[in-house]
Amino acid sequence: MSNVFIALQNNEETRPIIEAILADNPGSARSDAPGMVRVDAADRLVIRRETIEAQTGQPFDLQYLHVNLISLTGYIDEDDDQLTLSWSH
Amino acid sequence: MDMQVKKKLGLKDRYALMTRDLGWDTTYQPMEKVFPYDRYEGIKIHDWDKWEDPFRLTMDAYWKYQGEKEKKLYAVMEAFAQNNGHLGVTDARYLNAIKLFIQGVSPLEYYAHRGFAHAGRHFSGVGARVACQMQSIDELRHFQTQVHTISNYNKHYNGMHSFRHMFDRVWYLSVPKSFFEDALSAGPFEFLTSVSFSFEYVLTNLLFVPFMSGAAYNGDMATVTFGFSAQSDESRHMTLGLECIKFMLEQDPDNVPIVQAWMDKWFWRGYRLLTLVGMMMDYMLPKRVMSWAEAWEIYVEQNGGALFKDLARYGIRPPKGLAQATADKHHITHQAWGTFYNYAAAAPFHTWIPEKDEMEWLSAKYPDTFDKHYRPRLEHWREQDAAGNRFYNKTLPMLCNTCQIPMLFTEPGDPTKICYRESDYLGDKFHFCSDGCKEIFDHEPAKYAQSWLPVHQIYQGNCFPEGTDPTKEGFEPLPAVLDYYGMNFGRDNLDFNVSEDKRNFEQWRGPSSSNT
Repeated sequence: MSNVFIALQNNEETRPIIEAILADNPGSARSDAPGMVRVDAADRLVIRRETIEAQTGQPFDLQYLHVNLISLTGYIDEDDDQLTLSWSH
Repeated sequence: MDMQVKKKLGLKDRYALMTRDLGWDTTYQPMEKVFPYDRYEGIKIHDWDKWEDPFRLTMDAYWKYQGEKEKKLYAVMEAFAQNNGHLGVTDARYLNAIKLFIQGVSPLEYYAHRGFAHAGRHFSGVGARVACQMQSIDELRHFQTQVHTISNYNKHYNGMHSFRHMFDRVWYLSVPKSFFEDALSAGPFEFLTSVSFSFEYVLTNLLFVPFMSGAAYNGDMATVTFGFSAQSDESRHMTLGLECIKFMLEQDPDNVPIVQAWMDKWFWRGYRLLTLVGMMMDYMLPKRVMSWAEAWEIYVEQNGGALFKDLARYGIRPPKGLAQATADKHHITHQAWGTFYNYAAAAPFHTWIPEKDEMEWLSAKYPDTFDKHYRPRLEHWREQDAAGNRFYNKTLPMLCNTCQIPMLFTEPGDPTKICYRESDYLGDKFHFCSDGCKEIFDHEPAKYAQSWLPVHQIYQGNCFPEGTDPTKEGFEPLPAVLDYYGMNFGRDNLDFNVSEDKRNFEQWRGPSSSNT
C-alpha cells in the first residue's frame, strides 16, 4: 500500500473541503505548510460533494477544487459526486 | 412509459460529448499525412479511445475556473504594488531567488506553451489534443502572470530588466534553455514524457512547492499568489503526464523499452536542472523552508517511490540515475553555490557567504558533508573577503556537453574529486559531468554535438556586441561579454554586500518600519 495525498491552498474556501476530507477519510493526516494544507491517506482518499455541502449549507461543484488545488498523487476517478485518489486500478 | 427526464448530463457524459465527440477522421487527406509525428517515434497506439482524462474538464469549465483564478491573482498583485509589498520580504538577499526565477524559469513557461500547442496539434487522439490545448494556454498564462508580478520588483531592484534577452545568452541560463529545447525538438510522445511526466509529475513538486513555500516564509505575497495560481493548473498537468505514460504502456508492450529509455534520460536531465532550485533552497532564502535533501526525500524518494512501485506492473523500473541522485543529495547544492560564488562577476544576481546561524542550519541539515567538505571553503572565502580579497573567478569553466552546467559535480563516492567523462564523435571530443549525461549524449550524439555551449561560444568570439574588435590592443573580454548579455556591471552582479539592492532596501525599509 502506498500513500496518496492532496495539497490545497489554505484559505476560507478550502476550510470546509479539508474538514470534509478529514471526516470522510478516517486515518488521514493533515499537515500544514505556509499557505498550504496537505492531507495524506493510506492508499485511498475520497472527497465527497455532500460532505462539503453539509459543512457550508451551500451547493458545491467539485470541479471548483481546481481553483485552490496545489498538488496530488495517485490515479483520479471523478464524477459529479466524488473525487477519489488511489493507486488501485 | 418512463417519463423521467434527466435534467443535466453527468460529468462523464458531458466530457464525452464536449471533447471526444468534437474529433473526426479526415477524408480529403489520409490521417497519417495530417498527423505525421505521432508515429515516427516508434510508439504504437491501437486505440486512442482508451485515453482517459481523469479530471474530465471541458473547455467551458476550463475558462470559468481559469477566469476565477486570474481575478484572485490580479487583485493581490495590485494590492501588493499599492502597499509597497516588496519591502515586506525578509531581506534583500531574497530578491535574488526572484531574479533566478524570472531569468531561468519563466521563459520555460513560454517554451512549454509552444511545446504543448505543437504536441496538441500533432496527436491524432482527441483526449490528448484537448488536454494539450488546455495546458498550452495554462503555460502562456503562467508566463504572463509571472512577468506581471515580477515587473513590480523590477521597478525597484536590479538584474531583472532584460531577462528575455539574457535567457538566450547568459552562461547558466543555457542550462534551462537547452533542457527545454531538447524536449521541444523531440517528438510529441517524448515531449510529454519529458515535460509532463518526468518534470511535472516526478519533479515539479521540487520546483514549485519549495519556491512558493519559500516565498510565503520570506514575506513575498505576490510570488506566493502567482505560484499557487500556477500550481493549481499543475495538478492537471501532472495527471496528463501520468495518463500519457499509462496509455503508452498499456497500448503495446513494444512501447515499454522506449518509454523506459525516455524516463532514464529525462529524469537525469530534470534532476540536473533542479540543481539551481536546490541551491536556492539551501542558500538563497533568508528563511529556509526545508533543505534540498529533505525535499528530495519527501517528493522523490517517498512520492516517486509510490509511483514507480505502481508502474512496475508494466515492467518499468525506477529511472537509472535515481540511486546516484539520491546519494548526491548531500552535496550538489553546496557545490553549485560555491561555483556561483566564484562567478559572481559574470552572473546578473548576487551571491554571498551564509551568516553564522545559516552555517549552523546547513551543518544540522547536512551533518555528514557540510562541516567536512563545504564549511571550510566558505569560511576561507569569508576571511579573504574581510581582508579585501573577495574572490571573483575570471577564467571560464568547462561545461558538460549535455546539461551545460559547469563541471562542478564530484565523482560518485568521492566528494574531493571532480567527475569528468568524455566521448568521441566524428573526430571531436565531448565532455560530461556524469555517467548520466554521457549516456544521454552517446544515445543521440548527432543531437547533442550541436549544443550551443556558452563558454565555447565566448572563445569563438560569438558573444561580444556587434562591431567589437577582439584583436585590438588592450581588449578586455569579460566586460564585452557582459555587455553582450545586457548586464550593468556593478549593479546586476558582484557580491550582495556591495550591491545597490542591499543599500536601497535598507534605505527604503527603515522609513517604512519606523516613524521617521
